[in-house]
Amino acid sequence: MEFAEHIKTANVEDVVLRQPLQPPSRGTLCITGHHLLFSDREESDSRQVLLLLRNIDATEKSVENLTGYSGFFSNASHSERMSGSSGTITMKCKDLRVLQLDIPGMEQCLNIAHSIETLSCLDCVSEMYPFFYRPVELSLPEQWGLSSPEMHYSQMKELYEKWRLSTVNRDYSVCSSYPPAVIVPKSIDDDTLKKAAKFRQGGRFPVLCYYHKKNGMVIMRSSQPLLGANRKRCKEDELLLQAVIEGSDKGYIIDTRSRQQAQQARMTGGGFESKSFYSRWKRFHRPMERGKALQESLIKLVEACGDESNNMDRWLSKLENSKWLSHVQNALSTAGLLVECVERDGHSVLVHGSEGTDCSLLISTLAQLIMDPCCRTVEGFLGLLEREWIQAGHPFQQRCAHSAYSHARLQQESPVFLLLMDCVWQLWRQFPLALGFSEALLLRLATEVYASDYGTFLCNSDQERCALGVKERTHCLFQALLRPTQRDYYSNPLYERTELAIWPSVHPQSLQLWKGYFLRWTQQVRHLEEAQEEIRNMVIEWGKLACS
Amino acid sequence: MEHIRTPKVENVRLLDRSSGQRKASVGTLYLSATHTIFVENNPETRKETWVLHSMVSSVERPPTTPSGGQLILRCKDFRIFQIFIPQERDGLDVHASLARLSRPEKYSELYCLSFNPNVNKEEREESWNFIDLMADYKRMGVPNNLWVATAANGEYRVCDTYPSELFVPKSATPTIIVGSSRFRSRGRFPALSYFHQDTLAAVCRCSQPLSGFSGRCQEDEMMLQALMKSNPGSDYIYVVDTRPKLNAMANRAAGKGYENEDHYTNIKLQFIGIENIHVMRSSQQKIIDVGEMRSPSMTDFLWGLENSGWLKHIKAILDAGVFVARAVADEGVSVLVHCSDGWDRTAQACSVASILLDPYYRTIRGLMVLIERDWVSFGHKFSHRYAHLDRDPKEVSPVIDQFLECVWQLSEQFPCAFEFNERFLIAIHTHVYSCQYGTFLGNSQKERRDMRLHERTHSVWPQLWKDRGEYTNPLYKAELSQSQGVLRPNTSPYCFKMWKGLYNHAEKSTPPRQSPADFLSAVREESQQLEEELTNHQEVPPGGTAHHHHPGSRQEDRSPDGEADHLGEDRGSPEED
Repeated sequence: MEFAEHIKTANVEDVVLRQPLQPPSRGTLCITGHHLLFSDREESDSRQVLLLLRNIDATEKSVENLTGYSGFFSNASHSERMSGSSGTITMKCKDLRVLQLDIPGMEQCLNIAHSIETLSCLDCVSEMYPFFYRPVELSLPEQWGLSSPEMHYSQMKELYEKWRLSTVNRDYSVCSSYPPAVIVPKSIDDDTLKKAAKFRQGGRFPVLCYYHKKNGMVIMRSSQPLLGANRKRCKEDELLLQAVIEGSDKGYIIDTRSRQQAQQARMTGGGFESKSFYSRWKRFHRPMERGKALQESLIKLVEACGDESNNMDRWLSKLENSKWLSHVQNALSTAGLLVECVERDGHSVLVHGSEGTDCSLLISTLAQLIMDPCCRTVEGFLGLLEREWIQAGHPFQQRCAHSAYSHARLQQESPVFLLLMDCVWQLWRQFPLALGFSEALLLRLATEVYASDYGTFLCNSDQERCALGVKERTHCLFQALLRPTQRDYYSNPLYERTELAIWPSVHPQSLQLWKGYFLRWTQQVRHLEEAQEEIRNMVIEWGKLACS
Repeated sequence: MEHIRTPKVENVRLLDRSSGQRKASVGTLYLSATHTIFVENNPETRKETWVLHSMVSSVERPPTTPSGGQLILRCKDFRIFQIFIPQERDGLDVHASLARLSRPEKYSELYCLSFNPNVNKEEREESWNFIDLMADYKRMGVPNNLWVATAANGEYRVCDTYPSELFVPKSATPTIIVGSSRFRSRGRFPALSYFHQDTLAAVCRCSQPLSGFSGRCQEDEMMLQALMKSNPGSDYIYVVDTRPKLNAMANRAAGKGYENEDHYTNIKLQFIGIENIHVMRSSQQKIIDVGEMRSPSMTDFLWGLENSGWLKHIKAILDAGVFVARAVADEGVSVLVHCSDGWDRTAQACSVASILLDPYYRTIRGLMVLIERDWVSFGHKFSHRYAHLDRDPKEVSPVIDQFLECVWQLSEQFPCAFEFNERFLIAIHTHVYSCQYGTFLGNSQKERRDMRLHERTHSVWPQLWKDRGEYTNPLYKAELSQSQGVLRPNTSPYCFKMWKGLYNHAEKSTPPRQSPADFLSAVREESQQLEEELTNHQEVPPGGTAHHHHPGSRQEDRSPDGEADHLGEDRGSPEED
């Protein structure tokens, strides 16, 4: 391990830790390769804080030399100069917590700050904590994850007639971000798929992601077609899509870009399915915010939540200005359109934007939750996330490298997954009985995606995970969440399965700021948690009575 | 009945816009002396819609269209009805009748004076004793050796807008009371609103002093001194002027104003900055408009919310209550609250403070007592503020709406701390406006006495108490820490949101909504029954009476409403190349 070289000071005594909702405490600070450990000095009621360094998004330090020496490099005795000095490190975490350490000794403080800064953003995936996390009670799983494309297909008997499992991508050569096996129309052979893949950005040719049992209609997803400026076409891609709507009069395409953006994409080799070559497909453009703009929206929202001016006008205008709730509204209403097409209008739909790894996944996931009761249990929901985000190749490593506090220059960060969690929370709030999981699960996932003991959210694709041995050398979060005690905690006591679609209202008044996440470190949220606890107790009480 | 020209119109179409109804239903419209009644033609349902004339805030008649004339009925509980009447003649008649009926000129026209529920004279008299304010003063430990009842206002001699029974500091002699009242706007001298037994500090209320730029009054100064002395734990009091300082200063030019700290020893003056009734009236109109926006974008909505200023005002009122409660509970210092006349902002600040200070006021009966004390008995001008009669529209303002909303915002922040739910607050809101009961009629205790309302009308409280099952919050738990003692709310702007349940009926009534609270109420009822059964049949044979059916039926399929009907508006025009 190379971590030692980044740790000049491993232990400091007499450190004061300030954290939200708790009085400051004094104790010992310890830095390891992956953690910051603080233990309280009180022997009676000793408290420990174990923080993954990966969770730290930004640090700010200020040092103060109380002896008044200004000559930093003078030859005065080192210890004498340092003895009266101290420093403060403010750590802003990816889970939006803000912690502060008061450290005696300027040098120690600077050393600690340096270690935190370096170790919190190591780039090398195989050095990250999930590869070292070995809880005593658990051995590494035989099977990593809840399911696989093969298992999923084999359980969906209704697919057998018209759909097949293709292993054309078994060595990731056709599409580096797809899993080795995907579901495609039975009438399309692997050669056709290979050619169609060449016509789609990143090789993400159209694959099945959802089959609606009520009417046999499907949701497909892909990346944009590579028309380019001279409007190339690809017979195989057309055949593939044709095969999807075999036996139906038409299909819909939901493009998550504006019409203009889609047009412009042709200049850089991309584009959209033109009417003349895909005559039976009708296209809708539903522009969704992505990439940098979405990250900036998150940054503004978090900034607004931390505003201390106590001014209502300022708060409302900052909330509006962040646009976060507009993105929530937009995602839910686009997902609503998708459900409308499949469930009410009875037609299959292809969803894509440009890369097909962000917004497409977001709305196909939401649509499945709205339509399919199987996705609304704890198992079903985690399975859905595994299929639509882990296996389908959402680039977690890039998207979640930093969160709202980071001063680092933005690269590929974008809180698409967090936006999903927020949208699911809105569904959960509007239909408190229809979802089998609790808000706590969404909070846990929204936290783990940025910093985790588990390997689930590492890497950008299945190929990368295999190359690094993630599936052999790390524990799987989803499996951990389904262990009985955890599962209990994350289930919704009010849950009662309904077969009906849960249509969310997207009226602005029906959408709310997700306080549980964005204000989770305030006292107010504690009262709401207490209420949830109360609901759980009441239902348990009632259950006991009913059984007695 | 003389105002009804056409008592019955057939083939009328009615659209309940606030319920999100999309298609008008056809039926017959009847006008009675008290209600507009619409009965659907559909023989299956024969659904009836009753609208009390006193709930109608405006009747508009937009220009006639080829399909006939229409009327738009806006109600004081924010419902909106669109009525299409085929014959222009009928439309004109109904409009004229409703315009008159919804603006009664005399109290005798009001519904409560003809409303006759099936109770006898004794029961009616009993209903007026349901809330006993003296019992509540006793509950808070008054009278005691610090606070005593005064007979000074017997027969409303000193202040005709105050109740006849009042509590004042022990050392406040009748001379001081009378002298002080002469120096206070409308004679509203300092009197006790709430006594906090834990700290012996008190919340008192009055109106502004008639100080002008330099006036002073020895008795009034003695009165405040007496207030201070009635709290052994502190050597000063806070005087909270709930107005913006600028408004208070402007009042000095009219011979009114605020206490001069040079004349009153041992007071600390604090301005809070709650705006006046005119600002609040127009702010509420703006938030109603926000609630009525058809399919606003998130930006439209948040801008509308900000522009209305409504939440800012709600926050100011809650902040006032928090200031008073902190002074009393944390600092142990008594507070004297006033605004101009001491019947609007003062009522708001005092009653919010009481809610924060005393868990009793967070119960169903407690809230009734609180409203009866700080609003009804202390002369909040209900009939003026809520336009019971056709009078000066500038007197109308949603003052108690704001108090009820403060309570709602608190209940959102402390879901287990209130015994009642949102429906209870909305029911009170409705009855403040409806004039179905005599409780909120008139502008003062004296007016109500002079009208002999206790003999001629009924009290709303026993009725609400009878329906308390419907108004109970299943999550209420007095033992939880959040429910106990003093409530310490966070008043950061992000803690406030629009009260959808009050302002937007469409959202509330789009059927059928899932509600965890309703589900839990059902659960609780069921488990209480089970418990009873268990105790009744201690020796049940195994498998005897176990109940396994789930309480309440729950459904959630909602047809996508306006904004969710995505495909509907788009299907015709998919993008062409």
